[in-house]
Amino acid sequence: MTAALDLVPARLTADDLARVASVGLRTRPLRAALSALGIAIGVAAIVAVLGLSSSSQAGLLAEIDQLGTNLLTVSSGTTFTGQTAQLPVAAPAMIARIGPVQSVADTALVPNNATVYRSPLIPAINTNALEVQAASLNLPGVIATSVAQGSYLNAATATEPVAVLGASAAQRLGIDQVYPGEKIWLGGMWFYVGGILSPAVLAPEIDTSVLVGFIAAERFLGYHTSVTGHPVPGQPTMIYVRAQTSQVAAVQSVLAQAAYPEYPNQSAVSQPSAALTARAQAQGALSSLFLGLGAVALLVGAVGVANIMIISVLERRSEIGLRRALGATKGQIRAQFIAEAIMLALIGGAVGVAAGALATAIYATAKGWAVVIPPLAWGGGIGAAVAIGAVAGLVPALRAARLSPTEALRTT
Amino acid sequence: MTAMRPAAAVQAPPAPGRDGGAAPVIELEAVAKTYGERPPVHALRGVSLTVHGGELAAIVGPSGSGKTTLLHVMGTLEGPTAGVVRIDGIDVAGLGDRQLAALRARSIGFVFQQFFLAEHQTALDNVADGLLYAGIGAGERRLRAGQALARVGLTHRSGFRPATMSGGERQRVAIARALVGRPAIVLADEPTGNIDSAAGASILELLQQLNADGATIVVITHDRDLAGRLGRQVRMLDGQIVSDSTREHQQ
Repeated sequence: MTAALDLVPARLTADDLARVASVGLRTRPLRAALSALGIAIGVAAIVAVLGLSSSSQAGLLAEIDQLGTNLLTVSSGTTFTGQTAQLPVAAPAMIARIGPVQSVADTALVPNNATVYRSPLIPAINTNALEVQAASLNLPGVIATSVAQGSYLNAATATEPVAVLGASAAQRLGIDQVYPGEKIWLGGMWFYVGGILSPAVLAPEIDTSVLVGFIAAERFLGYHTSVTGHPVPGQPTMIYVRAQTSQVAAVQSVLAQAAYPEYPNQSAVSQPSAALTARAQAQGALSSLFLGLGAVALLVGAVGVANIMIISVLERRSEIGLRRALGATKGQIRAQFIAEAIMLALIGGAVGVAAGALATAIYATAKGWAVVIPPLAWGGGIGAAVAIGAVAGLVPALRAARLSPTEALRTT
Repeated sequence: MTAMRPAAAVQAPPAPGRDGGAAPVIELEAVAKTYGERPPVHALRGVSLTVHGGELAAIVGPSGSGKTTLLHVMGTLEGPTAGVVRIDGIDVAGLGDRQLAALRARSIGFVFQQFFLAEHQTALDNVADGLLYAGIGAGERRLRAGQALARVGLTHRSGFRPATMSGGERQRVAIARALVGRPAIVLADEPTGNIDSAAGASILELLQQLNADGATIVVITHDRDLAGRLGRQVRMLDGQIVSDSTREHQQ
């Protein structure tokens, strides 16, 4: 006869476990779908938030990339004594001589803080925080912005009282269209409005500027240069440099030297795209609030799954009793219900990832961004769902396993 | 012990009745079962009973006589408060949950009054589930389930779901599920309790036929007519055996 030592329960194969764990799902699909819905919503929210912030970041980075990462700026720094340093008049020309430099543009703040108003009737105090700058003719090309209205300065208009408005400057002055004869009150005289620029992402200081030609600045606004009597562009405050993309770092390292050979540390060199990139990458932190909301939805979903599992165990007492009579161990009953809860949560998680990814794809496509769903989002979503299923299924499964077979088989 | 698991799991039980019905498959010695404390309910009071391989025995008694408790104790679904229970030669005292489960999977088949069939599965899959916890592959389970359904005369219904079957057919499916593992003992709790008398008679015939083929079957019933048609009648009252008709008169 057989000995008691031989009495070792057979292990369920993964297939069989999956089959017994899906009994609840197959017999009550609507209930399973509803209880998985909570988890689906939570995971979808998390995936969509992470996906959207990654996609918008990617979009911003792509935009920066399109504008070019090869723009460098040189601005006047401070002197040893703390005063604002002046860049040499010859700085743009010196910089243009650096081999890999493709183009150079510069702007100069018009002295005496020339102010600009819609009309002379505006109180002087309402300066709108706008600056008047003399700008070189190739500026829009170098900073990669376009003309939204009218036209930019040209060789002719640069010598006349004609101004071009930065995007914000136009808004603050209340000008959204350029029509012939339109004038603004600039530095105590009328200037014609020649055009309005689009927002300059890489050079936001241009947005709040009103630009005039160097010669016009000299003739009408008291901007003086003192180079042998010729009207040459004067001391710049900001120099914009386009270098070959592969040589940006090399150019950056010699730029200060080239701009101001005597006092290289009195000029400040920067790469606007680098700063923008850093800012874009930091923006992800803003989405933590929405992640929190997603986590709350997940928690509610977990409670829903736990609730359904407890009801399911109560309803399926006779099934539990039968399985025990057929030879299921407590462990096998426990595994069955935990696996069922995990399966429920996993279905919810998968649907949630799909929904979140779809939402991200639709929104990002509409915005023209690249669709980016970070692995952390979908991997984390699925992982969180599995963990939630295991936790939510634990108590019901323990209750199912603890049920005595005779109690489970009792039908009255 | 864990190393022995696969070998032990697939080991087939000895075919019932092969030894000429001599080997005892159930041995109860002075078994008592008491529930609760205040006041204690004595469901079984010193029951001694031996069922040999190849028997077809009825345990009969009114409700509350302790026969269902006796079935649960014989089926190792609960342990006795006192006394010795040996199933298929193994003393169940001191066996853990896993060992008892393995014993049930290997040696005991159950038939319940309420059938307990899974409504979402076909008759064949219901029968195959009788081997689910015995460590047998899915294909082999279905093969044996088909054979078991043939033994109860339901081959033509193997693809049907229980909801589309009559009560008698459902109980046949449940009997096939109990038999599919060729257990040492089949315990049937009021197998005709939920079906009409004509179907009940045919279930009884089936049990007799299965017994003639070698299955050891214990039927628990309150129906004296049914019990009277089985080979052995054990009468119970108030947790005790009041008569055992084995030697008194053979039907």
